[in-house]
Amino acid sequence: MFYLKLIIRNAFRHKLRALLTIIGVAVAILAFGLLRTLVGLWYLGVETSSATRLVTRSSISLVFSLPISYRERIRHVPGVTEVSTMNWFGGVYISEKNFFPNFAVEPETFLKIYPEFVLDPAQKKAFLADRQGAVAGRKLAAKYGWKVGDRITLKGTIFPGQWEFVLRGIYSGAQKSTDETQFFFHWNYLNEVMRKTIPRRADQVGLFTLAVARPDLAAEVSQAVDALFKNSLAETRTETEKAFQLSFVAMTEAIMVAIQIVSYVVIVIIMVVAANTMAMTARERLGEYATMKSLGFRGYHIAGTVFGESLFIALLGGIVGVMGTFPAAHIIETELSQFFPVFAISTSTIMLQLASAVAVGIAAGAFPTWRGATIRIAEGLRRIG
Amino acid sequence: MTGSTSDILVSVRNLSKAYQRGSQIVPVLEDISFDIPAGEFLALMGPSGSGKSTLLNLIAGIDKVDTGNVLIDGIDITTLDETELADWRSGNVGFIFQFYNLIPVLTAFENVELPLLLTGLSRRKRQEHVATVLSLVNLTDRMDHYPSELSGGQQQRVAIARAMVSDPAILVADEPTGDLDRHSAEEILSLMDRLVREFGKTVIMVTHDPRAAERAHRIIHLEKGVLVPVPPSVPSCST
Repeated sequence: MFYLKLIIRNAFRHKLRALLTIIGVAVAILAFGLLRTLVGLWYLGVETSSATRLVTRSSISLVFSLPISYRERIRHVPGVTEVSTMNWFGGVYISEKNFFPNFAVEPETFLKIYPEFVLDPAQKKAFLADRQGAVAGRKLAAKYGWKVGDRITLKGTIFPGQWEFVLRGIYSGAQKSTDETQFFFHWNYLNEVMRKTIPRRADQVGLFTLAVARPDLAAEVSQAVDALFKNSLAETRTETEKAFQLSFVAMTEAIMVAIQIVSYVVIVIIMVVAANTMAMTARERLGEYATMKSLGFRGYHIAGTVFGESLFIALLGGIVGVMGTFPAAHIIETELSQFFPVFAISTSTIMLQLASAVAVGIAAGAFPTWRGATIRIAEGLRRIG
Repeated sequence: MTGSTSDILVSVRNLSKAYQRGSQIVPVLEDISFDIPAGEFLALMGPSGSGKSTLLNLIAGIDKVDTGNVLIDGIDITTLDETELADWRSGNVGFIFQFYNLIPVLTAFENVELPLLLTGLSRRKRQEHVATVLSLVNLTDRMDHYPSELSGGQQQRVAIARAMVSDPAILVADEPTGDLDRHSAEEILSLMDRLVREFGKTVIMVTHDPRAAERAHRIIHLEKGVLVPVPPSVPSCST
């Protein structure tokens, strides 16, 4: 109890210095947490992808489409339980700055393959029944103040024109990590308009999503699907949803590695700053350590108080940093929802943040602890006066 | 608690100590021998750099001798290792420093309680002991004050209470009045005198101040690391 009292009082002996150190650690831990979350989010699509979903796309590139006729041939591949179509629509709402992901999908099969998009049964029925119907994620609807029944017009960028939809449903995510900022509408609506306006682009699909009976069938089904279209005009590439997501992440992996490095550099910088502060503190108190030793206190008593103080300050900064991470994440999620639809701080990130704070405390306290514990009494006493 | 002055408590034999400064060996003490009976108030005097503080540190077990022996109550402390010395100091020596050396973040009470934390005493017993010594130095009403809230004289009285609280046989004082005004210095010297007379403590005091040395039973004079006869300017002395 006495040592705890001494540690706490020593920690706040120089209030401004302690406050600045705590703020420094807090900001570093906060930045570390946000950067780690950002990196985690980048891989979220990969981590949350289903093991029983496959994606079939053009073997050349995603920008090349596939004929809709492939759907029935894929459906008959052994192991495939469902096939859906999907086109990246790329429409904008009112102006370019209002960007959100929007897709033309085959509603019935899409909702079967993606059960994480949860729709009220009545809304689902209305969506399926209305060819111009659309569904939006809860966050997206909240952002633009959309209500079920609203008419929403998107300006096509890939598919020219003004596209009018009726919002028939607002989905919510089955998990916290489900993206609630997307917009889905009927692929048939898109196709009908294409038939009328640009017939050569009709009956074309960006990609097929497949559901397979069991995860272990994924490789076999992928090979079977691609074999079907080998040597055709539009060869396919079928891969697991995870691999498909990874191909996107791989494009930006260097940036992610850089962000990861920066997150560690932030911690190293605050380690050095905190170590300097603790070294300065210990240097000022060598006389006190010597006095305590002269009274019979041992090196480990002194080491405990110095190390405890370092750990206490770092942990306090760490806790403040962790506490600050939640409102910061909320602001990011609210203000930058088009880039970060889900900016949730995971338990593992909080643990990493606290572990980093402890590491800062240990590293910052190591030298002063050794110095305090090994100071010769006569030498320490000479520093007073 | 009054001790007999005829019993030898401290016996210093052929003590030498040198410091290394760069490549140079600087002798500080050379072949010092003397005894201190229990219950004596001894003053160590000498010019700056004469080795008196070093001698005090060696007797108190906070520095290591090069050669020679220091026997305290029959124990040769030069043979003790760091751990044994720490234990020995906590039970046998009380320290009074020129600049009081109180821990600024602890109250007067908590500063005095410090040495007792190393004993197995219960919290209640510790509080009793601290209250007793604080009343002895007449600071009961200031026990909750931090050192920064006390005058120099009061801080030194707290330091004396801290030195006394574990009831050591020896009190070592390094320039205890060096940072005090005349009035406070007199108070401190009277208090130390009382500790010798009423409680039988053996006090070894380093001082530059002849008026402080006047209070001692005996004065030992050091010059350039060797004992020398006390100069005539120093009153009431015998070596």
